[in-house]
Amino acid sequence: MPGVIVALISTVGHSPPPFFKRGPAPLARLFFFVSLSVTLLVADLRFHTLETARRAVATVLWPIQRIAYVPVDAGMDLSEYFSTLYSLKTENDQLRRRELATANQLLRQGHLEEENRRLRALLDMRERQPAEGRVAEILYAARDPFTRKIIVDKGSNAGVESGQPVIDELGVLGQVTRTYLFTSEVTLLTDKDQAIPVQVQRSGLRAVLAGSGIGTMELRFLAANADVQPGDILITSGLDGVYLPGLPVAKVVNIDRDNSFSFARIDCVPIAGVERHGQVLILGRRTTPPLPAESAPAPAKPAKGAKVRRKP
Amino acid sequence: MQPTQSSRRILLPVKPWFMFASLIAALFLNVVPLGRFAAMPDWVALVLLFWCIHQPLKVGMGAAFTLGLLMDVANASIMGQHALAYVMLAFGSGVLSRRILWFPLLQQALHVLPILVGSQVIMLLIRLAVGGDFPDLAWFLGGFIGAALWYPLTYLLLLPQYQPVERDDNRPI
Repeated sequence: MPGVIVALISTVGHSPPPFFKRGPAPLARLFFFVSLSVTLLVADLRFHTLETARRAVATVLWPIQRIAYVPVDAGMDLSEYFSTLYSLKTENDQLRRRELATANQLLRQGHLEEENRRLRALLDMRERQPAEGRVAEILYAARDPFTRKIIVDKGSNAGVESGQPVIDELGVLGQVTRTYLFTSEVTLLTDKDQAIPVQVQRSGLRAVLAGSGIGTMELRFLAANADVQPGDILITSGLDGVYLPGLPVAKVVNIDRDNSFSFARIDCVPIAGVERHGQVLILGRRTTPPLPAESAPAPAKPAKGAKVRRKP
Repeated sequence: MQPTQSSRRILLPVKPWFMFASLIAALFLNVVPLGRFAAMPDWVALVLLFWCIHQPLKVGMGAAFTLGLLMDVANASIMGQHALAYVMLAFGSGVLSRRILWFPLLQQALHVLPILVGSQVIMLLIRLAVGGDFPDLAWFLGGFIGAALWYPLTYLLLLPQYQPVERDDNRPI
């Protein structure tokens, strides 16, 4: 009798056995993979535990990225080869003129630096930190429409650490946010989550510049009557301890002073060639001087008996 | 195996190395630095969709998940974002593969379009849920361009299977 019941249960409510073995049903497989993906999403977002796995996958991907870069590199070489004598000559002239224009400052820089050092010593101020860096090449811009990141060809084996600032020949580009063995990710200043403390070069006003996610940047939390004009150059203020002070960052293009809001809406464009390809300089990590010890004594704790207690 | 179910032409069996090579080539195309062109079709999704429809027993959700993880790292996005979208894409195309192959190529493209755009919508929902920005609308154009490429892609990827069984040296083609 029990055997009949078992046979009955196994035949009712079950589909007949399949003719061919095909593994688990599609819905079961879908459930498995979807739950695996969601687990990965949560682990990456909430617990940040997948950095090792990410590094391993990136090492596997590295040859593919490197080979994918070859045709673009070759194309650039080819176009360079066929670029006319005339364009090269004009570019050469331009460079020569620019060099002459900056020669005055460059020639005197050594002298000025020396003088600055002596004056600072006289004033008993801390010395400015010299900048050092390593050149890296942009491999590609990440194909993620939600963020602004680029991948460069120097990784943790070249001593790159996350947090280092990245500049090009014109200004600040962004910050290294993740390193792999051979490559690293640079989050551009135009990314929505990227912020940088800046200073208006003309007036010395300090503010925070944040990316807007659409290729421009916004100067946030400045009063509607703040001393900012279109065309102002913003430079790093160095307050964050990450970027060296004085690097050019962005240019103000548009100011919307609406009195109904307490803050002005100030749009800026990056000075560095943020969306172009080429070579970048990864600056060394900045060693910040320790904060001075607090001179004022901490407020004394109230005595135990003085605690106010609410009675029912 | 026929190019479409209504076709009378019998194809050669698919070579596994060719499927693998085409998926790797698609991965290449996705990381080639061509600047920030938002409407670029997702080549991996397109080629994966093709094999999921034409070879549902050989390429499925496992391949989709692996390729998704590779794309997550290459694109510097959240781990699991592409994986989830590709797994859903592989499931949808696997379920629909018997139906889709009954149609001529242009109508197949109309089936492919919602699957491709659907996978983009899944990625969008994931990113919006974790506080991302709404992307450029041109990004959705990538799905439409991918569907438009279905016609040439079918001929390109079925080319090795169109070869004759016995090679005749006197035959011109």
